[in-house]
Amino acid sequence: MDSGLLIELAMTGALVGAMYGLVALGIVLIYKTSGTANFAQGAIAMMGGYLTWLFAAGVGLPMWLAIPAAVAAMFCFGVLVERTVLRRMIGQPVIMVVMLTFGIELLLRGAVPGLLGSAVKRLSLGIPQAPVFLGDVLINRAYLIGGGISAALIVAAIVLFNSRAGIIMRAVSDDQGASWSVGIRVERAIAIAWGLSAVAATFAGILWGSMQGVDWSLSLLLMKALAIAILGGLDSIPGVLLAAVIVGVCESLATGILDPLVGGGTRDIVASVIIVVTLMVRPYGLFGHEQIERV
Amino acid sequence: MFYRRAGIRHTDYRHERQLWPLPFDRYLVAVVAALLLAAPFVIERLYLVAYLLPWLIWSSAALGLNLLMGGAGQIHLGYGAVMAIGAYTSVHLVRIGAPLELAMLAGGLASALIGSIFGVAALRVKSLYLAMATIAMQYIVDFAITHIPGVSGGGQASIEVPPVRFLGLSIEGDLRTYYMALASCAVITLFMLNVGRTAFGRALAAIRERDYAAEIIGIDTFKYKLLAFWTSSFIGGVVGSVLVVCYLRSVSPDQFHLDLSVQILAMVIVGGLGSVLGSFFGAGLVLFAPIVFNNMIGFAADRSGIAISTDLRAHLPLMLYGALIIAFLVVEPLGLAKIYDNVRNYFLVWPFRTARR
Repeated sequence: MDSGLLIELAMTGALVGAMYGLVALGIVLIYKTSGTANFAQGAIAMMGGYLTWLFAAGVGLPMWLAIPAAVAAMFCFGVLVERTVLRRMIGQPVIMVVMLTFGIELLLRGAVPGLLGSAVKRLSLGIPQAPVFLGDVLINRAYLIGGGISAALIVAAIVLFNSRAGIIMRAVSDDQGASWSVGIRVERAIAIAWGLSAVAATFAGILWGSMQGVDWSLSLLLMKALAIAILGGLDSIPGVLLAAVIVGVCESLATGILDPLVGGGTRDIVASVIIVVTLMVRPYGLFGHEQIERV
Repeated sequence: MFYRRAGIRHTDYRHERQLWPLPFDRYLVAVVAALLLAAPFVIERLYLVAYLLPWLIWSSAALGLNLLMGGAGQIHLGYGAVMAIGAYTSVHLVRIGAPLELAMLAGGLASALIGSIFGVAALRVKSLYLAMATIAMQYIVDFAITHIPGVSGGGQASIEVPPVRFLGLSIEGDLRTYYMALASCAVITLFMLNVGRTAFGRALAAIRERDYAAEIIGIDTFKYKLLAFWTSSFIGGVVGSVLVVCYLRSVSPDQFHLDLSVQILAMVIVGGLGSVLGSFFGAGLVLFAPIVFNNMIGFAADRSGIAISTDLRAHLPLMLYGALIIAFLVVEPLGLAKIYDNVRNYFLVWPFRTARR
């Protein structure tokens, strides 16, 4: 195996990983504000892709209008889910909330393809097919643009967390009761986190949808996102960026090197293996904070 | 009305410790047991094999998961993988000539061992992480079974279960498979009914309510969480082999995908966390609601002349599972068992309003 191919696999992996990271970003945002993991993130990404397709092909909007429309609709959807379902679960044990989000995942996985059709939908962003040469490394142009957009969005999220809204969210994640007493509207912060994570997932759904087509398999992004969120630390946004690259590179290398040995399919379990290994070696992830609970 | 009580008053400890303190409940259990025993001679074979048998087996699986989720408050999203390990282990053992009784136990042990490896990793941290570890387990076990030829016999292969004997009786024909499923379900049900009355069950309940508080009163939470994981996985493995021997008759990897885990998770939540009776209710609703619903939609479509796409009908079960999980967690977190309990409490002292306990 020559080093050129390895570098190519690693570069592609890093870019793909950045796009996975967009889904993980939503999980981390929600964990940071409300302390629960969102298992519906994969299905929300899928729904974002479907909505963009609906606005573009069904309604007939041009792509530059369809994407903002879908993003806005998904922000409202995220807020709506929090307002109608999740808020009623405040004070319940964490596993109840986790199961609830898993229920939302199942419902969306069934309802969205069921209502809009399960055949693969084409979603074209108008990115040319010709690959890009960096030196002598060949890279898919769609991956390059998608990875770039994703990394930019994740960096934007890091910046956001240093703004006023971000400080509010950090306060809420630190102590909900204390935030309440200094006049922070805790519910609104959590609702905004849900909206933003739906937006991040939608971007991931659009980018992936433009490459592999829009269908139910977009919801499988959930596993990669969980792996990234765990590896980076559930409460660390910079962790997402690093872990996304690691997961992407691992996956790409595994597909390139292990697949010929075991006969395919390693791509799907790399994320699972990373989850288990992280939990065994360093359960709070690379940048996560160890939680101290009080009785 | 049926109960003829004016409240529940126990006069001695033995009476209070009974599984079913009320005579009416004892009669009800006896009647249901008699009906289940007589079922093969009363109802048609088609209904027996297509409805009653899977209901018993899936209820047993839901009971196993309920020990972990309702009993100890730990989540498991990969119970299908646990059952797969038990199923494959026991089928392979039977094929090399081991008796079924041993093969079932070995299947349970294999499930418990492999399941616990994943549990150990996650149980050191918060229960949230367990959700991720178990869903990862589902994918890893799926992958291992499909890609190790020695286990699955190749990617698309299905392994036939050879003719087997259980306690000297050969398990063949609808009648004997039904009774074997019924017997295993009865054993698991009795275990689940009694586990809440043991020190083990009480320790789990303490952990479920507040694990730090449990630690302070002297319960080794890690040990008991792991024990719950172990026991639940053992039951899952045994049910997996019952499922294969009595119902599926041949084992292939696609029978144990995430879909099965989702089904059983939905059964536990819909039926009621921590309730034995609820597991049976939940299994019934989750297994049969999609069928009934699908038929109703087909009927409505025929009558009204509106064409309903095959896409929609194919995705109906998944939608229904999701909707049921959401609806029950939001509206009635204790599930169908709680609804039954409410009705029962109402009639317990009817025509008066409330029972003094």
